[in-house]
Amino acid sequence: MFEIGLGHYLTLGAIIFTIGLVGIFLNRKNVIVLLMSIELILLAVNINLVSFSIFINDLSGQIFTLFILTVAAAEAAIGLAIIVVYFRNAGTIKVEDIEKLKG
Amino acid sequence: MNLDLIFPEIFLSLAIMFLLMVGVFKKKSERLVYNLSTTTLIILLALVINLFSINEILIFNQSYKIDTLSTFMKSITIISAIFVMISSFTYIKTLDILKIEYPILILSAILGMMVMISSNDLIVFYLGLELQSLALYVLASFNRDNILSSESGLKYFVLSALSSGLLLYGCSLIYGFSGSTNFTFISSLTSNIENGVIFGLVFIIVGLAFKISAVPFHMWAPDVYQGSPTSVTLFFAALPKVAALTVFIRFLYIPFVNLIDNWQTIIVFISISSMIFGAVAAIGQSNLKRLIAYSSIGHMGYALAGLASGTNQGVQSSVTYISIYLVMTLAFFSCLFMMRKKNIFYEKIEDLSGLSSNHPILSICLLIVLFSLAGIPPLAGFFAKFYIFMAVIEQSMYFLAIVGLLSTVVAAFYYLRLIKIIYFDKPKESFEKDHRIGLKVTLAISTGILLLYFIYPGFLNDLVSRIVLI
Repeated sequence: MFEIGLGHYLTLGAIIFTIGLVGIFLNRKNVIVLLMSIELILLAVNINLVSFSIFINDLSGQIFTLFILTVAAAEAAIGLAIIVVYFRNAGTIKVEDIEKLKG
Repeated sequence: MNLDLIFPEIFLSLAIMFLLMVGVFKKKSERLVYNLSTTTLIILLALVINLFSINEILIFNQSYKIDTLSTFMKSITIISAIFVMISSFTYIKTLDILKIEYPILILSAILGMMVMISSNDLIVFYLGLELQSLALYVLASFNRDNILSSESGLKYFVLSALSSGLLLYGCSLIYGFSGSTNFTFISSLTSNIENGVIFGLVFIIVGLAFKISAVPFHMWAPDVYQGSPTSVTLFFAALPKVAALTVFIRFLYIPFVNLIDNWQTIIVFISISSMIFGAVAAIGQSNLKRLIAYSSIGHMGYALAGLASGTNQGVQSSVTYISIYLVMTLAFFSCLFMMRKKNIFYEKIEDLSGLSSNHPILSICLLIVLFSLAGIPPLAGFFAKFYIFMAVIEQSMYFLAIVGLLSTVVAAFYYLRLIKIIYFDKPKESFEKDHRIGLKVTLAISTGILLLYFIYPGFLNDLVSRIVLI
């Protein structure tokens, strides 16, 4: 029978992490997508930490995950608030239009 | 359990909650909260200095460390925070961003920095970092009716969150391959090095380089510096760099000191590219805040050069460098706060034109600051660079030293150009001359330190020489 080991979990984490990174750099449309990409990166880290924590039999990885989840929620809240403030001023949240500051 | 060792942190968190309550329940209490926050910082400074006698103690299951490095870094953070508060009052009042949240956010950012500086565990470090970053996101976009400010907040948020993500990924790899989140524990395990740990180290270096805006992860700095309110820019330019540099020192010299062959090349690369980029890219700028952003990128390059040497002397020279850099930043921004005319603050280079004919004292101060930033003897900026080069040459890293010297020469060009504009160009309409006493005192003290440092350099050097890591 096919055995799922640590390597598979780490590969899954790495793939999700890469999707998040690529999403940030290739996205030219919407700032909300950036927020989702950041969230994906944090989830990849969580997958890594939980699988490590189980395979090396140590609880602190799962505790770390709980902290990351909490902080990610706070970060999303602040991020959305900043996006709302920006939208009120600029009338758009397209990534390609965010270019007032240049030099 | 030794609670009195983290009494400063406990005091600060209680003060933050108390000030929030005052701000919510008392109407029109902005000014009161602002003054109380400054007082809080002064008391906090006393509490932290009180810990100077402690050499090294680990508390909370070895996850929190009080040593001379942490106490020194906390003290200079808090001292510069006090000066940031007293020098920027007129600015935030004029811009109408004097709300109760402003000082409270600054206090929370400082709490985060203190936790970061003392952390000896990946989880504690991450929590401190996020507490600092979350407060800074809001501060960057604090002038919320201004499109530049909100845009800079948005950019800072996205890039900083990305760098936190990279850093966390590194943390997860290190945890997995070493089996612990504790720095002391990790350092005892990395004698047989796995590739996973090195990967994790690289990710963490990338994340931290983002936080101190070193090349190639600097792209947020100029935009954020230019867009945020100047008082916040001052805060950005000074405080988070101290905290991030301390964490850099801790990471490189405690858990990964055995991996020095692996990280030394990376740090040397980051340092060299920051020095060159900071010197070259600043030349074409027209906005003073943008210019100081590039200049700070260059300065971070020098601070990292000291770290790259891998010796105690290198760490001490970096710490000296960052302390003197703080003084120079404070002095420069106090000059910026003085360029006010009919409730508008000017920040373009051409506004400096002929400043000397109407404002001789301000021009002299600016002259000292710019010479010091350029590293011209006998000002403090020269000694800061001198210690760095001494430490680097001692390890026979001649290439690093030569690149550093050459980029100092290139950087001197744009500092001298500013001086030429101040002294030899056509004068413009004069700025207002009535400034609050806090701003004047800040400018006088910081310029005085820069000018007179060479008379008694022993004071700073004695304090710094107590920081021994290896």
